[in-house]
Amino acid sequence: MSANTITEHQQQAYIAGQAADARIRFELETEGMTLNIGPQHPATHGTLRIVVRLDGEQVVWADPIPGYMHRGYEKLCEVRKYQQVTTLVNRIDWLGSFCNEVPFILAAEQLYEVEAPPRAQWIRTILFELGRIANVTLFLGDMGVQLGAITPVFYAFRDREYVLNLIESATGGRFHPNYDRVGGLKDDLPKGWVDECKQAMQGIRDFCDEMETLLLGNEIFATRCRGIGVIPRQIALDYGLSGANARASGIDWDLRRDADSPLAWKHADWKVWTHPDGDSFARYWVRLQETREATKIVEQLLDSLPAGPVMAKMPARLRVPKGEAWISTENPLGEMGYYVVSDGGPSGPFRCKIRTPSFNNISIAPWLLKGVYVPDVITILASLYFILGDIDR
Amino acid sequence: MNEVAALNYGIETAIKMGVILAVIPVGAMVLGYVFLFKMMAHMQSRLGPMEAGPHGVLQVIAEGVKFLQKEDLMPDGADRWIFKMAPVVAIASTFLIYAVIPAGPDLVISNLDVGIFYALAVSSLSVLGILMAGWASANKYSLLGALRAAGQLIAYELPLVLAVVGVVIQAETMSLSGIVEAQAHGSIFGFSGIGNPFVLTQGVGFLIFLVAAQAELTQAPFDMPVAESELVSGYMTEYSGFRFLLFFGIAEPATAFGLAAIAATLFLGGWYVPGIGDGLTANIVGPAVLGAKIMLVAFLIFWFRFTYPRLREDQLQTFAWKWLIPISLVNITVTAILKVAL
Amino acid sequence: MSDTPETDPAPDAAEPAPEAPEATEPAPEAPEAAESEPEAPEPERTPDPVRDPLMAKITGDLGDAVLGQEVVKGDMWLRVANPAWRRTIQYLKDHGFDYFCFLSGIDWLPSQESVTRYEQVYTDDAPADPPARESGITGGDSRFQVFVRLYDVDRKVGITVKADLDDDEQPTVESVVAVFRGAEWHEREAWEMFGFEFTGHPGLRHLYLPKEFEGFPLRKDFPLLARAVKPWPGLVDKEPVPGEGEDEEEEAAATT
Repeated sequence: MSANTITEHQQQAYIAGQAADARIRFELETEGMTLNIGPQHPATHGTLRIVVRLDGEQVVWADPIPGYMHRGYEKLCEVRKYQQVTTLVNRIDWLGSFCNEVPFILAAEQLYEVEAPPRAQWIRTILFELGRIANVTLFLGDMGVQLGAITPVFYAFRDREYVLNLIESATGGRFHPNYDRVGGLKDDLPKGWVDECKQAMQGIRDFCDEMETLLLGNEIFATRCRGIGVIPRQIALDYGLSGANARASGIDWDLRRDADSPLAWKHADWKVWTHPDGDSFARYWVRLQETREATKIVEQLLDSLPAGPVMAKMPARLRVPKGEAWISTENPLGEMGYYVVSDGGPSGPFRCKIRTPSFNNISIAPWLLKGVYVPDVITILASLYFILGDIDR
Repeated sequence: MNEVAALNYGIETAIKMGVILAVIPVGAMVLGYVFLFKMMAHMQSRLGPMEAGPHGVLQVIAEGVKFLQKEDLMPDGADRWIFKMAPVVAIASTFLIYAVIPAGPDLVISNLDVGIFYALAVSSLSVLGILMAGWASANKYSLLGALRAAGQLIAYELPLVLAVVGVVIQAETMSLSGIVEAQAHGSIFGFSGIGNPFVLTQGVGFLIFLVAAQAELTQAPFDMPVAESELVSGYMTEYSGFRFLLFFGIAEPATAFGLAAIAATLFLGGWYVPGIGDGLTANIVGPAVLGAKIMLVAFLIFWFRFTYPRLREDQLQTFAWKWLIPISLVNITVTAILKVAL
Repeated sequence: MSDTPETDPAPDAAEPAPEAPEATEPAPEAPEAAESEPEAPEPERTPDPVRDPLMAKITGDLGDAVLGQEVVKGDMWLRVANPAWRRTIQYLKDHGFDYFCFLSGIDWLPSQESVTRYEQVYTDDAPADPPARESGITGGDSRFQVFVRLYDVDRKVGITVKADLDDDEQPTVESVVAVFRGAEWHEREAWEMFGFEFTGHPGLRHLYLPKEFEGFPLRKDFPLLARAVKPWPGLVDKEPVPGEGEDEEEEAAATT
């Protein structure tokens, strides 16, 4: 099924539905019902409010209203030192939170003109991928819950515990590690971590196989997701959709491979997964494959972990030279980047623009939700997978 | 003589009513605990309630008490009488089903000749209760949810009934006790060692009945009217406290128990196992046997519920009208032909 | 012979923004201005085989609109004149940069904060010599700059495009929503945070903040209230550890 055919079909279905609903509309006065989804709502990952206007069963327009969790990070970053920003920034995408620190630290290192030693880069990459696994396994289970399958999410939570335990044993925090430092890492890995990590990766792969049969192979899941919420390639590019959302629309774009990054991805052999359909099923499918791929990356990097220090030699007091740096990485939710401007001042960013993936991912909602049935709104929002801290910063 | 007969009748009726009133809550609680709390928990790799009583057996009672002590709200524009009567109607239809289920050769409240016909007719009364609830809530979303639920229930009544027709053709009687007898003493193509449990000869009918029962109970994958409360509020929203408990905590598991009992009676042989005979032993062991079969069917129902995501309303209707009904019609035709031919 | 790739000194070396007349001069003159300054020996800049020719083509095609460009740190920066903003974005989209990453703004006003960040709280009296306003890569002469990041997913390169917003009171620039639909939310956020007016935007309204909010938070003269109330390290709640505080002594005194 090509993406274009499905969009036409949706349009025709909408028109036919309009004609058929005319009589019901008159009798039940269902025209122009305005529905508030949120801000407290089980279907949205946090406090997102979406106002939809319904015409019977179908959405006429939708308007997401973010900002219920706006914490003003960009302003707060301006009054903190580089090292202090990581505590703030952990809390943007709180499920894969190490991943938020990394692009900022890389930008800071570019401004400081220091390079972290190879061991630090390897460990950063491994923890980055662990953050991705922690984040996306939750999605894999949670999409089931949004659709009514209440069991897979428990398996998701159970299996991601192992990953969170690993992150905790290395960094001290399950959710907000605050482990990255300008020039390297806070600590080295504890003893026995490598073996435990490999075991956990095998467990995650088993979990992915389970999800493949339990959800992807389920006919009802397929009926609910295939052809729902199709995003054509050009629209995805226009809105800046990134991560699995873009790859599910056929865009072959992965910053781990395509951007020149000091982290260790190029030292592992892995594949970028894309899907031509661009519907909700594709987005789920891509994320599942990416989770498996992440486990393979972690194992390869664990095998090739170089020895050495984890922190570069940095002078005690440092005035950051003037400059601007833009670093973005392939975070679990999409492309996250920091545009850090330094004015040569006493060790804090002058301006720190945080480009978060969910902001762009949700900005497509007004376009995407037009003409969609009410139950499908939940499916689409679940498949886009946003996290409120990521939208609102 | 008349007075004695009247007194006997009175005592008998009182006993029977007492039995129903005892069985239904107990059945609902057992089902609720075993399947909704424990089985669901273990399938989801967790423990479930463990605090109230050993392994949480008293949790159902705690839940009941919890609901009882909640505030009894009623929306302003609600139609008071209909609002109050709606859960009662829904529960009443459940209670009425139990009147015809035989638990032993003599253990049946009312041995109607048209037993199964009566049971199916009465079980569809719950639709009325739902519509009353949706309408009386004075809430557009409740009304829409109730209409959706009503549409679903009516759509799935048909496969339910058609699946049973095949059984009736084979058993040559509509009385549930008669159907149990037919299974006990029947034979499959001449082999009569295990009788003729209709699950073997009416396998298709059994599956259709199970699926339709799932929809009748508005359980996943057919729980869009209820889970719609994610998005739009379902027909139960405006209910709180004990009224909500009537809908959600008693009507649902009790209906599940009742439908499972009917399925066990129609397809699995009811209270009969080979060797049980007809006399006192059967009357004592029969209920236990029936209970075990009910648990088996309920296990299937709830297992299905925990595993599958839910169908969208239009997909649900498509499934009923375009798939289940034609298949069940074919089933009836084949049964009738084979019955006459063999 | 390519003339546009600017020999770029160490990227973070402090280099004052090119003088004001540069706003009307095309880019090729900028390298001469930079090279004429006696600087410490500049490190070699490795030519970028993909980005250098690309930048050359872009600046060639855009001509007068380009006010500054740099290919540094493996990335491309471009500064264009304000009236040519939308035209530039459209040009880039037509030439392969069709992935819209983000749009935002920078306020180059050196705030009291950046000068006196950890020394004192916000004061009413301005310092005797307010620090000079510096602009970053590709320079710039106004307080506000809007910048956009685009990617070419096929060639795997990205570009940052900047434009000065001349008027400090009402910084205005054309909206690029007609070019990239996704810019709608980003422009709303930039308006909300900085006060930029995007002409042609379908409806500039608040995104994060409530309707009644006054002021533009990310401007440097919008105070961060927490810092104004209490200097670094802010409101620190210090509770005595049980068994060590003065309360023990007080209790002991009370009971005797």
